[in-house]
Amino acid sequence: MVTLLCCGPKMAACGIVLSIWGVIMLVLLGIFFNVHSAVLFEDVPFTENDFQDKNPPQEIYRLYEKVSYNCFIAAAIYALLGGFSFCQVRLNKRKEYMVR
Amino acid sequence: MALIFQSEEMCLVQLFFQSESGYCCISELGELGLVQFKDLNPGTTAFQRKFIKEVRRCEEMERILFALLFFLPDPLQSVIEKVDKDLKEINSSHEALKRNLTELLEMKYLLQMIQDFFEETPIDLPDRLTFSSHSLTPSSLSSLCRFVAGVIKQERFPAFERVLWRVCRGNFFLRHSEIQARFEDPVATVEILKKEVFIIFLQGEQFKGKIGKICEGFGLTASHSKALNHCFICDHVILVFFSPKVLNQTNEHRHNVLTSAAVNIQNWKTKVKKMKAIYHTLNLCSIDITQKLVIAEIWCPVSDLSEIHSALIKGSEKSGSSLHPVLHRIESQQTPPTFNRTTSFTSSFQTIIDSYGVGDYQEINPAPFTIITFPFLFAVMFGDCGHGLIMTLFATWMILQEGHFKRLKNELSDTLFSGRYILLLMGLFSVYTGLIYNDCFSKSLSIFASAWNVRAMFQPTGPWTNHTVHSSVTLQLDPVSPGVFSGSPYPFGIDPIWNLSSNKLTFLNSYKMKMSVIFGVVHMLFGIMLSLGNYIHFREPRNILLQFVPEVTFMLALFGYLVFLIIFKWCAVPSSASRRAPSILLHFINMMMFSYPESSDSFLYGSQKRVQIFLVVTALLMVPWMLLVKPLIILKEQKKEQRSTKELVSWQKKRNSESIQHLEVNMGDVFVHQAIHTIEYCLGCVSNTASYLRLWALSLAHAELSEVLWKMVPHVALSARAYLGSLMLTVIFAIFAILTVTILLIMEGLSAFLHALRLHCKFAGVPVTLFAEFSPEMSQ
Repeated sequence: MVTLLCCGPKMAACGIVLSIWGVIMLVLLGIFFNVHSAVLFEDVPFTENDFQDKNPPQEIYRLYEKVSYNCFIAAAIYALLGGFSFCQVRLNKRKEYMVR
Repeated sequence: MALIFQSEEMCLVQLFFQSESGYCCISELGELGLVQFKDLNPGTTAFQRKFIKEVRRCEEMERILFALLFFLPDPLQSVIEKVDKDLKEINSSHEALKRNLTELLEMKYLLQMIQDFFEETPIDLPDRLTFSSHSLTPSSLSSLCRFVAGVIKQERFPAFERVLWRVCRGNFFLRHSEIQARFEDPVATVEILKKEVFIIFLQGEQFKGKIGKICEGFGLTASHSKALNHCFICDHVILVFFSPKVLNQTNEHRHNVLTSAAVNIQNWKTKVKKMKAIYHTLNLCSIDITQKLVIAEIWCPVSDLSEIHSALIKGSEKSGSSLHPVLHRIESQQTPPTFNRTTSFTSSFQTIIDSYGVGDYQEINPAPFTIITFPFLFAVMFGDCGHGLIMTLFATWMILQEGHFKRLKNELSDTLFSGRYILLLMGLFSVYTGLIYNDCFSKSLSIFASAWNVRAMFQPTGPWTNHTVHSSVTLQLDPVSPGVFSGSPYPFGIDPIWNLSSNKLTFLNSYKMKMSVIFGVVHMLFGIMLSLGNYIHFREPRNILLQFVPEVTFMLALFGYLVFLIIFKWCAVPSSASRRAPSILLHFINMMMFSYPESSDSFLYGSQKRVQIFLVVTALLMVPWMLLVKPLIILKEQKKEQRSTKELVSWQKKRNSESIQHLEVNMGDVFVHQAIHTIEYCLGCVSNTASYLRLWALSLAHAELSEVLWKMVPHVALSARAYLGSLMLTVIFAIFAILTVTILLIMEGLSAFLHALRLHCKFAGVPVTLFAEFSPEMSQ
């Protein structure tokens, strides 16, 4: 059976920290994009055509929401990564106990 | 807690204790770590001290311990020496056993070969058979001739054979075979040797002698036919069988001795170090004539006298002496050493201040103020609430994991760990300034509604039309137009709309530069106020008049007025007058050059010309006051003193005088000293105010770095129109996180830390003796 332990203790800890930070920050970014925050306007991928809209801000709002969904999906990926790192941490701890 | 504002009050105490209890008392005092011993035998060299023998013994023990460590992969003297002796014995017996084993093994193979040889049938003659005349069968050989048998290294065998041939002229019969097992070379245990067994049949006594000599020359032990018989074989076999067991047991014993030593070795090292320190200290004390009493002089804080007394009593009881030590406080004209009592929280700030120079005895200690000013100045330069939050969390984690960190001995993590409280405060203040600058990972937070309104710029209320919007590259919001600026500014911090504007830097630069100058002037004034505190404490009212007043006036007249101008302009000039707003820089320069324009409409307020002339003249008058008045007064006093020699006046600060005799004051020195002080102060004012502009420079650098990082990293992923945008975002966020930590947190953090340190160096004092408490554990 292939060993499930592939990261060392330090890498797993870094993984957990990065995942927690990623989840929190990406969820917040997603929420801010969802409420069409003006400060994040420059990060929305609009083009010249979007300004020829018949129904003024709706196209831009749609783009905002698309980015926010991207952020939420990325946050979910980080949550999975966090879970994986946490398992690695537990496996590392168990290995430490067994060697002693 | 008024204690930490000044260094502790110290007193000189004489201790008398019996010689027998000397060791225990000093060890108790060492545990306390509150006293500093004065050297009472300053004239003696190291060899003349009384306890030199004991110090030598301790050093010998340290040497043995160090050698012991070499064997380990990591009371006292007799225990240590016994372990040393044991180890030497074990090593030598190990060597001997190994040698024996090798010999016996060789013998075993030899006997086996001979056995085989004699059991062979006569018909099988081996290939390499050398004999002289008749063909002899092996069985007849054994009855007629003698034989010599032995073991030789395989590589030397050809040489051996050749020598034998030449010496015996071919009158022998040699048989040899290789031993299958491998031998370890006892000298260099790495080599594995191949050995061969040989047996030589010969005729005649002379040959035996010759061959014996040849074997000696080759360094082999050869055995003769008489010695080999079956019983011998059995004995040898038994011995060979048991030797490995004996060897194993020796190995095990050695291993046990070493492990038991390893358990104790750290303890022993500590104990020996403590002993050495105690004997060094005993060398500092003086022994009286009767050889029964030890006298020591110590500096200690007044508030700890009772603790020291009880420690001494404990020490004397431990050593079983009946008399308690005597504490006797004596007066001294010497300046006591400076001692600042610190907790684990304040110690890191105290270290920062001490690195510039320790203050004089009982001067005001700037460390408690540094607890706030240092993190604050750092935060002004670092100002980003996202990064500040990460810093705070990291510092909190370090504080909570104190136990784990204390066990790590890595130098880098030690430095980081000892600054954990500083990091915590820096992080908290950074969050605060980040909220004021409204900067979180380079984006602003709109906690409240912005005070600017873009819609009001359009047609009915403002000048813009649809056409304006489509045909311009940039548009500027005009706060004078009704409704654009709501009139009540953003409640806390910078308005988030500035984050989207392209002239953000023009506004922020002006704001941050002025803010830096204000902070600089306030910080410097605060430093001068501390010196006022010193003058009051040391009761030097003359200094207040001669130094403090002109310093403060100079500073306030010039730079205080500059601060006033800044704040006045912020408050009094409305946005409708923004086109003709006066430039503070130009006004300040003109003020110093006394050049005023003809028309009076560019002034900030009515009587500006008169006020400014008055202030500059006052400031200029302060310079000769600082430069000349004090030395002239000293000169006058000296003349008066020379006339009446009975009067005892010392103009030097009392705390620097070594003796009560009055000092001849060299007038030239006084004038030069005062001139240096004046120039240093005046020029320092100007240069320090300018150097506070680094607060602006670094915060600008941090903001720009942060913005560039956002534009180059997450922006790429967020503005991707592709469907795999979320995967890209995942990877890019990891890169963003790593770059944020390394560049923005570590690099910028260290840079801001360094500059904040530089801004604090004005609190440095004259280097004076720091209280060096006697505490052997702390030297580890």
